[in-house]
Amino acid sequence: MQGIEINNLTVKWGDVTALDGVTLSVPAGSLFGLIGPDGAGKSTLYRVLTTLRRPDGGHATVAGLDVVRDVRAIRCRVGYMPQTFSLYPDLTVNENLQFFASIFGVEVKDNYDLIAPIFDQLARFPNRRAGALSGGMKQKLALGCALIHRPEVLLLDEPTTGVDAVSRSEFWDMLSTLRAHGITILVSTSYMDEAARCERVALINHGHILGVDTPGGLVGRLDETIYNASAREMYPLLETLRCQPQVERCYTFGATLHVVARPGFNPAEVTRRLVASGLHDVVIAPTTGDIEDLFIKLDTDDHR
Amino acid sequence: MTTDKAIQVTGLTKRFGDFTAVDNITFDVDRGEIFGFLGANGAGKTTAMKMLCGLSTPTAGQGTVAGCDIMTGAEAIKRRIGYMSQRFSLYEELTVDENLHLFATIYGMSRREICDKTASIYRSLDMESMKNLLVKKLPGGWKQKLAFAAATIHSPDIVFLDEPTGGVDPVARRRFWELIYEASSRGMTIFVTTHYLDEAEYCNRISIMVDGRIAALGSPAWLKETYNATTIDEVFRKIATNTTKP
Repeated sequence: MQGIEINNLTVKWGDVTALDGVTLSVPAGSLFGLIGPDGAGKSTLYRVLTTLRRPDGGHATVAGLDVVRDVRAIRCRVGYMPQTFSLYPDLTVNENLQFFASIFGVEVKDNYDLIAPIFDQLARFPNRRAGALSGGMKQKLALGCALIHRPEVLLLDEPTTGVDAVSRSEFWDMLSTLRAHGITILVSTSYMDEAARCERVALINHGHILGVDTPGGLVGRLDETIYNASAREMYPLLETLRCQPQVERCYTFGATLHVVARPGFNPAEVTRRLVASGLHDVVIAPTTGDIEDLFIKLDTDDHR
Repeated sequence: MTTDKAIQVTGLTKRFGDFTAVDNITFDVDRGEIFGFLGANGAGKTTAMKMLCGLSTPTAGQGTVAGCDIMTGAEAIKRRIGYMSQRFSLYEELTVDENLHLFATIYGMSRREICDKTASIYRSLDMESMKNLLVKKLPGGWKQKLAFAAATIHSPDIVFLDEPTGGVDPVARRRFWELIYEASSRGMTIFVTTHYLDEAEYCNRISIMVDGRIAALGSPAWLKETYNATTIDEVFRKIATNTTKP
């Protein structure tokens, strides 16, 4: 079995270069994450890999098949979940599944074992129209339809956008199960906590790959000193910290702020200054960054 | 306004046939508060929000939104609130300036008010050079900011934000929340839904809906303490797990 090989891929939409010489290797059987902001080129990459867009330069293979020469063969070997819900909203759960099975010339029962864990919950509403499902259930149905022909490679474009935290977590449990079946999975996301569940992650922006590594390896590249900061008045704290000369960057991070410190940053001294400016309960303590911090750093560097 | 509450509802209920989408919810929101309205997909958030916005008449219950009666004052409510959703907020085929004028005119602002307000929006968002661009040509992050400006152009008492940051990257999400902070510091009430639970930490108070009811409500710190959790993500998982809706 082979995964995905992308070599110097370039795609232009008019005078906009969406992908600019992208090279990336997704090993067979891996769960691989693609992370980047809106407009980074993620969806364009999916369109090339699913043979919906011919590249303007470079080449790519999926499951060993060329995206330009082997269009028909590839379509039978990949499962694709586009960013927008693209099942038939007026068909029921069962009708959608039957429809996709018949398009690929398989019977639902042939591969039902693969989607059974996903369909456990959906099977209770077989006659509900797809358009009337909740967000989490729609995603499960879409995943089921993308898998019904037992593809070797699964291409998922932001499958969990708009899905609640519990359903997202269940969705990722399913991806881990599918990986155990040997399916290669390329999944894009804007949730940084999901990146941590991939074996390897590629960061992409402006059509370039900024880095590829394990989630731990990527975080290891973050060579910055980061502090947690909090106070009773969080927004004034953010504004005040940004004006401090020894602060490189300051941004919200859940219940606290993250302060990226320049050399010479002295937490005790800064705390004193903040208290003197009228803030209450100021706490500044060292912390370690994660993928989200790295993303923010790369994005900032990119805009310089 | 006769009350210091932006929203005050008691026993709010919505039934569709024999299905109860919103089941007897009671809560209030202070003026100037950032109120996070959380819940799993299908928990009833959208239905509740439609009633609060005057788009759907409650089956039962009573209360006020922006000082107007929720059962009888739907039209008055609509004039005093702003609304922005991830799915629709701007007309892609109109320019930036046309969008702002359209929203301002719908809200009955005078030509003079519109000129002053749009000028101040362009200044504060640094968008002067983009005002004649079609909205569909705007980069993602800018669209979000413009949509917020359009939803609040008439200086509403309350703005309802329905998943305003869905699918938006970490940097743009933070920029957007700074707009929220800023509006709140000027006294605007913010009612916001999100699936990014780190954002929920930025709210003054949060409610979590499960199966049409409000299962928990309080400040992020209080919820974390009560549910013995270190993050709101953990609180949410403890409350919202094991509920399955189609």
